[in-house]
Amino acid sequence: MTKKIVEVKGVTVSFDGFKVLDDLDFSINYGELRFLIGPNGAGKSTLLDIMTSKTRPDKGKVIFDGHINVTRAAEHRLVRHGVGRKFQTPSIFSSLTVYENLEAAIGFKTRPYKLGKGLSGEQKDKIEETLEITNLKEHRHTSAGILSHGQKQWLEIGMLLVQEPKLVLLDEPVAGMTRRERDHTGELLHKIAQNRSILVVEHDMVFVRQFASTVTVLHMGKLLCEGPVEQVQSDPQVIEVYLGRGHKAA
Amino acid sequence: MIRQLSKPNALHNFGFIACAFLLLFVLPVVLSDFQINLLGRFLTYAIVAIGLDLIWGYTGMLSLGQALFFSLGAYCFGMYLNLETAGTRLPEFMGLYGVMELPFFWQPFYSPIFAIIMAIVLPMVVAGVLGFMIFRSRIQGVYFSIITQALTAIVALLLIGQQRLINGTNGITEMRTIFGARLADPGTKIALYIATVIVLGLVYLGCRALIRSRFGRLLVAVRDDENRVRFMGYNPVVIKTLVFMLSAGIAGLAGVLLVPQIGIISPKQLDIVASIEIVIWVAVGGRGTLLGAIIGAVLVNTGKSTISTNYPEIWQLIMGSLFIGVVLLFPKGVVGSLRDLFQKIKVNPRREYLPLSAEPSAIEVETA
Repeated sequence: MTKKIVEVKGVTVSFDGFKVLDDLDFSINYGELRFLIGPNGAGKSTLLDIMTSKTRPDKGKVIFDGHINVTRAAEHRLVRHGVGRKFQTPSIFSSLTVYENLEAAIGFKTRPYKLGKGLSGEQKDKIEETLEITNLKEHRHTSAGILSHGQKQWLEIGMLLVQEPKLVLLDEPVAGMTRRERDHTGELLHKIAQNRSILVVEHDMVFVRQFASTVTVLHMGKLLCEGPVEQVQSDPQVIEVYLGRGHKAA
Repeated sequence: MIRQLSKPNALHNFGFIACAFLLLFVLPVVLSDFQINLLGRFLTYAIVAIGLDLIWGYTGMLSLGQALFFSLGAYCFGMYLNLETAGTRLPEFMGLYGVMELPFFWQPFYSPIFAIIMAIVLPMVVAGVLGFMIFRSRIQGVYFSIITQALTAIVALLLIGQQRLINGTNGITEMRTIFGARLADPGTKIALYIATVIVLGLVYLGCRALIRSRFGRLLVAVRDDENRVRFMGYNPVVIKTLVFMLSAGIAGLAGVLLVPQIGIISPKQLDIVASIEIVIWVAVGGRGTLLGAIIGAVLVNTGKSTISTNYPEIWQLIMGSLFIGVVLLFPKGVVGSLRDLFQKIKVNPRREYLPLSAEPSAIEVETA
């Protein structure tokens, strides 16, 4: 059995009595690129919240990297342990330049009183490398606030990359992107997936078909099915959930 | 959006040296003793304004407790001045209220060094404890402002209640000498003014270095999106508490410089108006620019003093209208508006602006 980077065990979360996650078991292996799909309200974002300790579960636990109890860790500490998350809307610091955004991200393990010093040569190289693969090289001194939507998303992915997380959680990274931007994001994902585990929450089935290997389908807070993309697509249960009854032809 | 004037450094340094020269050597000769004393006071206000700008303009937390920290500093140093004036006897007001022995907490204030250290450390400790509790509970925005305002009011009431210990509403007034020199002497007044200018210069340079460092950019990041800072692996509680403490320490230091120049410190300095006035200085000058904080403090106070002498009956109306006008017409303040003007004339060389989308067409046909 392959080792697991993150393990969600029997997690239940309810808001006002409504069970968003219902006794859910879920895990991702080391080095895996996993896609998570499901209709609105399936609990996808809540699952990410649980895995980043933003929301505490009512029941169950989450183990990261074999030994870290996620449900007890403070959010920022979890990031330092190697869990990076990209939120659904691009959240970058719009008053700072592209370079300064990356610079802020790379210093995340530096003690506050040491932030008066500049970056090390190694850190600078890392930023240059990230500017290169996110296609933001010529925009380094641009205010992040005036970047295009796609560029903001790439910048945010870049901010995750400079931190070299072990696990990256991406919430709808291609929402609102043009086809070209989407293709580039897909390539970016494969490039960065080489030495880390990635979980992508996505609605865009075209994108999923193009880039996914393993897909997990969530429905009503439970795992509906999990497997290679072709298998998941032809699963009658998934078709029903996505397209409704009586619509058998996909 | 809000950052330092990104002029070349050489020009900035020249401006700084020119201002220092003007303040240190030209104005003391040109202005009368009275005017110098007035300007000295305004410059201590400028120091407080810089502190507020750090947490409000850069970090996005509107503190209405700066008057508290300012006054704590002033009280600490005022106690020293009071003891020095009294010499071997008790401060005068204690005799009036039947206090026979110097209260224990007054004892160490015979030492000016202790008084100065306390004037800075005490506000920092108060800000540290209060800030840590507020920020840890993730209290933000207007609630932070209300709590800081409430604490200021509480301390004011506390001071008013302690008639026997620190002379209640009257405050500490008996101050005639500082380090053996008479406060009324013109020489002493000039010396205090020079000291204020130097401290202001150092505080300004220190804060400028801070906001240009990575820590400074992190402050802006907290203002833009605190949650993102947290999910980037930083603890915003630590960052915010540190900068809040720093701004409190700066206000305390300004209090040390203020009290020998006005010769009184009373709970009046802690009323609601006092804190809001500090906010107005920064808003008028332009928040998010250190220079704006200084200019705002000097400008507003000069205006206040001129208008109140010339129109004693309606000066508050005039000042109020001016503030409303400035906030409505120049929401970025004096410095912010000027900078926008410069940017219109000359495109800022350090910033590139993106051309419109290079995509062949924004609306592509999606092949579903």
